[in-house]
Amino acid sequence: MKVITITDNRKLVAKLVLFSTLMFGFGYALVPFYSVFCALTGQNQIGLTDLPTNTQVDSGRTVNIEFDANVHDMPWQFHPLQSQVAVHPGEVTQILYEVVNTRNVPVTGQAIPSYGPKRVAEYFKKLECFCFERQTLAAGERRRMPVVFVVDPALPKDIGTITLSYTFFEVEGIHAASPSSGQGGA
Amino acid sequence: MEATVPGHADTHAHGHHGHPPSGLMRWVTTTNHKDIGTMYLWFSFAMFLVGGMMALTIRSELFQPGLQILEPERFNQMTTLHGLIMVFGAIMPAFVGFANWMIPMQIGAADMAFGRMNNWSFWLLPPAATLLVTSLFVPGGAAAAGWTLYAPLSVQQGMGMDMTIFAVHILGMSSIMGSINIITTILNLRAPGMNLMKMPLFVWTWLITAFLIIAVMPVLAGAVTMILTDRHFGTSFFNAAGGGDPVLFQHVFWFFGHPEVYIVVIPGFGVVSQVVSAFSRKPLFGYASMVYATASIAVLSFFVWAHHMYTVGMPVGGQLYFMYATMLIAIPTGVKVFNWIATMWRGSLSFETPMLFSLGFIFLFTMGGFSGLVLAMAPVDVQMQDTYYVVAHFHYTMVAGALFSAFSATYYWLPKWTGHMYNEKLGKVHFWLSLIFFNMTFFVQHFLGLAGMPRRIPDYALQFTEFNQISTIGAFGFGLSQLLFLYNIITCIKGGPKAPAKPWDGAEGLEWDLPSPAPYHSWETQPTVK
Repeated sequence: MKVITITDNRKLVAKLVLFSTLMFGFGYALVPFYSVFCALTGQNQIGLTDLPTNTQVDSGRTVNIEFDANVHDMPWQFHPLQSQVAVHPGEVTQILYEVVNTRNVPVTGQAIPSYGPKRVAEYFKKLECFCFERQTLAAGERRRMPVVFVVDPALPKDIGTITLSYTFFEVEGIHAASPSSGQGGA
Repeated sequence: MEATVPGHADTHAHGHHGHPPSGLMRWVTTTNHKDIGTMYLWFSFAMFLVGGMMALTIRSELFQPGLQILEPERFNQMTTLHGLIMVFGAIMPAFVGFANWMIPMQIGAADMAFGRMNNWSFWLLPPAATLLVTSLFVPGGAAAAGWTLYAPLSVQQGMGMDMTIFAVHILGMSSIMGSINIITTILNLRAPGMNLMKMPLFVWTWLITAFLIIAVMPVLAGAVTMILTDRHFGTSFFNAAGGGDPVLFQHVFWFFGHPEVYIVVIPGFGVVSQVVSAFSRKPLFGYASMVYATASIAVLSFFVWAHHMYTVGMPVGGQLYFMYATMLIAIPTGVKVFNWIATMWRGSLSFETPMLFSLGFIFLFTMGGFSGLVLAMAPVDVQMQDTYYVVAHFHYTMVAGALFSAFSATYYWLPKWTGHMYNEKLGKVHFWLSLIFFNMTFFVQHFLGLAGMPRRIPDYALQFTEFNQISTIGAFGFGLSQLLFLYNIITCIKGGPKAPAKPWDGAEGLEWDLPSPAPYHSWETQPTVK
């Protein structure tokens, strides 16, 4: 057996002390390492990386959505900003309509949606729509209004195109010719 | 042969070969591993009582809802100091005490490799303990940020925090010096023929623990130094106002903190392995797998730290990684538990006090391990974080784990140290009372935690009252039971039936070749191991 001397002990201690000192430095090295690691990987941007993913999208299927806009006896210009989009069932989609009040008085209207073919109504889920409430436009106002929707993946296979049509009706019986100061905007 | 024993030359140089100087100076100047081991053990017992008094103060406050005896600030100081004192003042020094006493005797060395450094390692402890305890009386009181000293609380508190930081520095220095000494002793001073894979498990577990200590205590020292410079020297490591990040402190702290909890318990694994084997009268089942399992636990402990931090803000990927890595630790731990059970299988078992405490360890530590697995699951932990479920979990591992194995070690080696047998009946009473009151204190805390009672709060909602009262009564019972232990040790030192060299017929190891009590200088001629 190798004879161990006091020098061997001291050599070992020197190594162990060096190791401890390096570990003290390592504690400090964690500080820049932490910022570099977070910057490179985005690990501390927890709000971004934790965004939920939609697992319900049926990407094997594409449905065409056509947008239509009508006004019923109203002084408004009303049209979709895109005439159609192609979506996968289950996908959350947002589109925009634009409406302009061409009168010099405020006008209130209510949009009524309808679908073609008619039976898709139960598969077409609107999450956000300007048709959920009345819209009041000031004189000459131009407004862009979103529709957020999902097409239910249970949509019958034979349907490849859906038409979403809105018609604006004027509410409160106020006709353009008789601006009423007492009943404003509601 | 003489040249292989530096400790031998040392004792000649200091001129007290066989005759230690008497009186107080013997203890101040001693370089003898047995004297230093004894001082470590008494120091840790004193700290155990101090930390225990703090625990009882906490439990008294929690006996009823509402505030009775403590201001909330004092309550937080109590939980903070209780944790720091129990971990750094009681458990760690206790195992360093066992290491000092037993490692030279178990590997056939005359003494520790560096006697003078050993003396320093010990005598650093009392000033550190004094700093911690007296910080209660300075303006603003002691540190109240929890034993984890989380920023930004620790960056803001009064001078009690400075005293705590200084105490942590000193304690860290002490345990690093102690560990360097232990590693050198184990690697260089083993008797001829005792190769690494013949070492007793207690020596093996301490070798691994010592490496853990020198790897992570410096990191803790760095972390508290950063707090200190943030407080007084204008740096902004953790101060968000200066561009720092408080979450960084948690990462640095738990990089130390998780290995630390294994530092606390791994030497206990060694004790239990030896005691179970001795009282089963069978060699330890799977010796090599025990060594490798312990080493794997130690290595894995460096890669799981952020499981303490699931709720501070971590991406799902990070949570998944730390969750799976943490669960991985259950495998080597399971290997150890199965090996202990296999060691007992068809053994000729007898149930003296050391064995009882080791069995208590195996049973309760495993329960603590299982509640740890529950907490390891990120989605579950979000509910449990900082509730009493966590408190129950880590007391099952720290008290029923580390402390029970320390009791086991004390009873196992007490005849060797004192030359007398302790009172076996009293020892068994101590065990059963400890077991019952421990569970009474901490088992109900699982229910409190599951029901949502947060930790570190001096008040609680009315529906938690019954379980808290049970827990408080249990805590007082547990605390009082420890006085039996003290009484048993003192009477054993003073007298009692003469202990033979090997009081346990199933025990193995070089220490039992020495007479009881072990002579002041042992193994001046190294034994040869075949």
